[in-house]
Order: sequence, then structure tokens, then C-alpha cells
Amino acid sequence: MFKSMYNWIDERLDVTPMWRDIADHEVPEHVNPAHHFSAFVYCFGGLTFFITVIQILSGMFLTMYYVPDITNAYYSVDYLQHQVAFGVIVRGMHHWGASLVIVMMFLHTLRVFFTGSYKAPREMNWVVGMLIFFVMLGLGFTGYLLPWDNKAYFATKVGMEIAGSVPWIGGYIKELLAGGTIVGAQTLTRFFAIHVFFLPGVLLTLLAAHFFMIRKQGISGPL
Amino acid sequence: MSHNEQQESAHKPVKRKEMSRRQFLSYTLGGATAFMAGGVVLPMLRFAVDPILVKKEEGGFVKVIEESKVTAEPQQVGFKVHQVDGWYESDPKMEAYIAKGEDGKVFALSPVCKHLGCTIGWGGESPNEYHCPCHGARYTKDGKNLKVAPKPLDEYEVKIENGWVYLGPLQANTRV
Repeated sequence: MFKSMYNWIDERLDVTPMWRDIADHEVPEHVNPAHHFSAFVYCFGGLTFFITVIQILSGMFLTMYYVPDITNAYYSVDYLQHQVAFGVIVRGMHHWGASLVIVMMFLHTLRVFFTGSYKAPREMNWVVGMLIFFVMLGLGFTGYLLPWDNKAYFATKVGMEIAGSVPWIGGYIKELLAGGTIVGAQTLTRFFAIHVFFLPGVLLTLLAAHFFMIRKQGISGPL
Repeated sequence: MSHNEQQESAHKPVKRKEMSRRQFLSYTLGGATAFMAGGVVLPMLRFAVDPILVKKEEGGFVKVIEESKVTAEPQQVGFKVHQVDGWYESDPKMEAYIAKGEDGKVFALSPVCKHLGCTIGWGGESPNEYHCPCHGARYTKDGKNLKVAPKPLDEYEVKIENGWVYLGPLQANTRV
């Protein structure tokens, strides 16, 4: 059935060359764990992306119940975690995945560093990777405030003080981040918007560039 | 099995329709992928559809008006119900039109129009009829739909105790 459905579409739109172009590519022996088990270190980039996909999916579902408002945020999180079926699992995926994505990204960065894969002609992909790293940190920082509990509140206060310690412009950065002079209602909506719209948008753009470059330039050679 | 037989079976052409290596691998890989994707996606779907699967709580009866004050002319009475809406609990004000029917029984109608849910009013533009301002639906005193609306007005379950009228859950109109 799927085959005939696929053929029907393919006859009209000729989609086969498109996905062939994306899916069919050589996997060199030195990155294939079936040949050298130590090649599993090449999996960390893919794992980072896999967890990122889970983060996006679980985040989309969490916003069905979450509300970014100082009087209701905590109660909505409490409700979705304890009253809604599988809430503890969906929020758990987002919570643990957030830490895991940093771990995987760090391991991926170490692999790229120790195999020297950042060298010419792949310098630009290293830079894009670093930008992705900072976007991920931003997602972590803004997402941490959203449950609006004590930990969230004081972690953000500390973050604000650190931002405020920048010479000359620190005060402005702090006020711009907080959306005012205190960590409050406007900080929460601002962080929510950054967390679910701005940074994911930037992240997807950077990921597209990252993947385009790896496909164009190929995987770096063996050590 | 003797050595000879083994030899022979090795030379026999294969008749069974065997699964090719490629087919086996694509089934195992596809199955494993589907299992993992299911593990990720199914909890999220169950999470999303939870509102339609939770048990609806039946509301209790609320004391609204003294029986002696109910007249043949429908009166608008307000009452409060406790409402739990996810993480938000409140006591919204509800309204009902209470009247005594020709049979002498007290009945209470919901003011929610059965056309598209606007709030109806008694009298005004059309005397002795309920009238909806949105699309001009009309109902009789018993809630029978005269114009526009497809169904008669819903009725509250009514209980009378110690001279007081209590309203319960909504039900379909029993008077028309």
C-alpha cells in the first residue's frame, strides 16, 4: 500500500532523486563502528541532533498546558506534571534532555577537536558549531526560569547579576534581559518568547548550515 | 543426519521463499526505529489527548431561590458554581430562568441559546418569549424553539427542599 502510494506521488513529482540526494552517501570505514568500534565517537553529533528533536517535540507538547504568567506558571507546571497522564514523562524528557543535549554536544565538540576535524577547509563549520553551542546555552538559561519556582527565580537572578557585571554596558544588558528593573512578570514572558520562538528559529537555521556544510565537505579523513 | 544426506541437501536447489538479507535488515532496522519513535511520541500523544479522557465531574445541587418567590413569569436568577479548570479554580456566576409552569411545577431553563451559544433574554423585543440577540432565535416560556434554533432550551435539574429551589446539572428539555 505504502509502495503504491509512494509510486503515485513519485510519478507526478519525481521525488526519488531528492531524497536519494540526501540519504545516499558514503560512510567511510573509519567512522563506521562496525569496522572499528572506537568509531562510536562519531555518533555524538547525530545523538545531539536526536535529542534536539526530542526537545522540540516535547517542548511543543508542554506548551499545550504551560502558561508564562507569574501567578499561573508554577500551577500550570504542577498541573501538567501531576494531573495530566504521562505529564511526568513528557516534562521528564524535556528536563533530562536539556542536560543530555549539553553533554552530547560537549562530547561531539571533544571528538571534533581531538580528530582535528575543525581544520581547513572546515573552519566555518567549527564556528557555526560554536554558535549552536551558545544558542543551546541560551535555551538552557531561558528555559530554566519558566517553571517559576524558587530555583528558577534565583538562578535567573544570579544570571542577571553576571550579565550586569559586564563593564560599561552591563546595566543595559541586565535591564534588556529582564524587561525591566526586576525579575518578574515581564522577564517571564520575555524568556518564554526567547525560549520558544527566537532561539529555536536561530537554532534551526544554524543546524541547516551545519548539516549543509558537512554534506558539502564530507567527513574529515582518518587520524 | 548422515554425512551423505548432508552433502545431498547442500546440492539441492533452494525452494523455500527465503527472506533476503536486505529485506531482513530493513525489517529489523525499521522495526527498531518504529519502536523507538513510538516510545518517544506515544507518551506525548497521550499527554495531548488527556482532556478528552479525564472523568467529567458531575456538579452537585446549588440553592438559588425561595420556592414562594417563583412566579409564572420567568425570573432571571444568578447563582455560583465551583469550577475547576485545569490549574485554575473559580466560582463563576451562572444564570437560569426560573418559572412555574401551567402544571404548577417549578422549572429552570439555561439561558444559553441552542443555535450558537449566545445568551438569551426574557421578553423585551418579543413579549412572553425568550429572544436571542445574536441571530434572532425565539423560544416559548417552556423553552420550545420557535425560530432559528434547532433544539429547545436546556433545563436544569430542579430539587425543592425546605421551601428552597436547588438547581442541579443541565439536561435536555423535558417540557416540550
